[in-house]
Amino acid sequence: MSLKIDQDHSRFRNIVRGKIRQNLRRYISQGEMLGRKGKDLVSIPIPQIDIPRFTFGDKQKGGVGQGKGDSGDPVGGEQGEGEDGAGQAGKDAGDHVLEVDITLDELADILGEELQLPAIENKGKSRIIAAKDRYTGIRRVGPESLRHFKRTYKEALRRSIASGAYDPGNPVIVPQKEDKRFRSWKEDHEPVANAVILYMMDVSGSMGDEQKEIVRIESFWIDTWLRRQYQGLESRYIIHDAVAREVDRETFFRTRESGGTMISSAYRLCAQIIDEHYPSAEWNIYPFHFSDGDNWSMDDTLTCIELMKKEILPKVNMFAYGQVESPYGSGQFVKDLREHFASDERVITSEIRDRDAVVGSIKEFLGKGK
Amino acid sequence: MSQFATNTTLPRYLRDEQEKIEKIARAHGLDFFPVVFEMLSYDHMNEIAAYGGFPNRYPHWRFGMEYERLSKSYEYGLSKIYEMVINNNPSYAYLLEGNSLTDQKLVMCHVFGHVDFFKNNFTFRATDLDAGEHIADPIGRRKEGYDPNRRWVDKMANHGSAVRRIVDRYGIHKVEEFIDVCLSLENLIDPWSRFVVRRRDSRPDEEPAQVEVPRLRSKDYMEEFINPSEYIEEQKKKMEAERELEKGKFPAQREQDVLLFLLENAPLERWERAILSIIRDEGYYFVPQMQTKIMNEGWASYWHSKMMTADVCDWSEIVDYAENNAGVMATSGGRLNPYKLGVELYRNIEERWDKGQFGQEWEDCDDLDVKKNWDLRLGLGKQKVFEVRALYNDVTFIDEFLTPEFAMENKMFTFNWSNRNERYEIDTREFQAVKEKLLAQLTNFGNPTIFVEDANYENRGELLLMHEHRGVDLRNDYARETMASLVRIWKRPVSLATLVDGKRAVLRFDGKEHGVRHDAP
Repeated sequence: MSLKIDQDHSRFRNIVRGKIRQNLRRYISQGEMLGRKGKDLVSIPIPQIDIPRFTFGDKQKGGVGQGKGDSGDPVGGEQGEGEDGAGQAGKDAGDHVLEVDITLDELADILGEELQLPAIENKGKSRIIAAKDRYTGIRRVGPESLRHFKRTYKEALRRSIASGAYDPGNPVIVPQKEDKRFRSWKEDHEPVANAVILYMMDVSGSMGDEQKEIVRIESFWIDTWLRRQYQGLESRYIIHDAVAREVDRETFFRTRESGGTMISSAYRLCAQIIDEHYPSAEWNIYPFHFSDGDNWSMDDTLTCIELMKKEILPKVNMFAYGQVESPYGSGQFVKDLREHFASDERVITSEIRDRDAVVGSIKEFLGKGK
Repeated sequence: MSQFATNTTLPRYLRDEQEKIEKIARAHGLDFFPVVFEMLSYDHMNEIAAYGGFPNRYPHWRFGMEYERLSKSYEYGLSKIYEMVINNNPSYAYLLEGNSLTDQKLVMCHVFGHVDFFKNNFTFRATDLDAGEHIADPIGRRKEGYDPNRRWVDKMANHGSAVRRIVDRYGIHKVEEFIDVCLSLENLIDPWSRFVVRRRDSRPDEEPAQVEVPRLRSKDYMEEFINPSEYIEEQKKKMEAERELEKGKFPAQREQDVLLFLLENAPLERWERAILSIIRDEGYYFVPQMQTKIMNEGWASYWHSKMMTADVCDWSEIVDYAENNAGVMATSGGRLNPYKLGVELYRNIEERWDKGQFGQEWEDCDDLDVKKNWDLRLGLGKQKVFEVRALYNDVTFIDEFLTPEFAMENKMFTFNWSNRNERYEIDTREFQAVKEKLLAQLTNFGNPTIFVEDANYENRGELLLMHEHRGVDLRNDYARETMASLVRIWKRPVSLATLVDGKRAVLRFDGKEHGVRHDAP
């Protein structure tokens, strides 16, 4: 149902996203509400735009409050100094506040909207099964909130007729405990699309901090977008210089090696991971490789191309290669790829000059909706 | 209200409850406008709440912002709006679909308290649309059958269509930008203007009366000593000089209703004037609610708890009621809860007047023990609280009825920002300090007091505003932006005289640059 406020709300969203009324952007503050999701605290971002007025400076003002404490105590009590906590050693871990995913979803939507990214076409192979509860059954026990009124009534009616208590002149039915029927759920198995991103990055000496930062930014956006498209998205990270190894996310972005560069090592590992963990019949597979385009030798480049043709491309949705410009790299690799895969739609290459070029490059990668 | 897409009519069982509760409320002596209850789903509730309680407002993004906040906080289960009631005749009140019956009853009781307050508290007379420009006697006894025109729901809807017409002509962005400008000046109004004649008629043609120097009273033979003629002469010259200076000064008297002054004198286009006028009207509508936040919520809470516990709840509901009530009344994080403060004060007043704990004798009594057991059995409490709800606003309410005993019992304190520890810290529990701080907070409902001092500042057609500094500086960055809004409307440079860190300062904005001068204007 559409509400009158929707228009006002969408203009507000557009202001927050900086699409209109740029002059208001500096009054936007990221407020947050703390919510609870299971055991975790989640922070729900609430953007606010303040209309500036003549108002008092905050900190001078102070105010009046109410509660316990002596002069000099902080207002509202010290953190973790709860009323009941006194004297007990803590056994629980401290409360960690998580950013709630909602922003990422919103971000992904904005990204999609801004870059006019198409929704991704599923490969249609979905043997992965997800369990989902459906309320289809009836049980004799359950919570009142799930009581099935009609069935309960029927049962009660049946019983009272059978026992002879039913009086058509005064048809009052009083359900008893054993008359009650409750909705119950069954686990339903549903096929879902699963996807994995394999990030590969060249960490050889020629990749500087700035280059890595660009990769970081770009992979964040790719992650965000694909996560919006697939429910169960996995990410794997491979770094390589002359040899490749799989690392965790942290290491992926932090590591700096100094060795030479053998891209084939990464592709070999990539193919191996796919073979071992991600049967291509069940997975949407997205390898992304970032490097500065320097490879050890032409021989190795040819090995790469061979590996791609034979091992990787048949199994993946697409293969993305992003080349970050660096002062040390020759930038040859992208040319080689383009030469060999000019007509292959599955291979997407992009050159990223600087941070500003990240947006365009994301569009190149994801604009095909593969 | 009929244009609602959803069916908002009250189900039968709630209509019955309404009738019952209305009867009970009347029996308690509450006197309210007719109340129309409507049932809303949560998203409609959020929408209307975002619009400040009105189903139809002019288009503006801040309503969308409010809506997002309310929806998110509802969706994550952090808060939900139980009730909303509009000061309108008849009053509209909204119930949230899916609340338990106990909750709905609680809300209804609460609402009747509010509507009684809308009708009887004097500040709300300012929202009578048929009361004329000045309300000479807001606290005088009213005629039987007082039935003012408070059709604000219609008025707000009319504002909405007026603004939409303007939007159709000039485009949403242009209009919304101007609304933002107006909103940044929204608080520059004079909360008491309806009750006080601010502008004396000046008759420029008439020769001004002879300057009279006020003299101290004296017997004839002492006259020369008490009012020496040299002094009188000197004063006379001084006053004449002042008068000369003020001649041709515009405005003749300083004007707190800055918006009115701009409406009358700023070079605005017609549509701009229309919008500024709408913003000002609506600003005034919300003034009484800000002036009586503590009293109004306190009064409604006082009545819901009285009616629920004594008349409305049956024994199966009392625990649910109590739990909910406790939630509303809770103080958390050391913050003051207006519901709680209000209701406790009314109860305190009721008890004191029941027991005769007031007047000279009570004040003069030093014996704590005697005071504790003081009970004259006057039974004036009920009469007193009804009188208080009619004749006071938050400032006078706190000023007159907050007692040291009350402040102590309710553990009230003042707090201040500590630069050293980077946090707010409890300052003192001393009664005078608490009371002063609270009153300062409530005065002009937390807005700085700012006047139009001179519309021809330095004879250049510039606008000079004066900030009446009461110990707290203005927030600088916001002040600058607000000055820009003023320039947008006044079209000439604007200055503001204030204090910064205890020194006089005149902030000036000429449309391009901000400047500060550190001397008296």
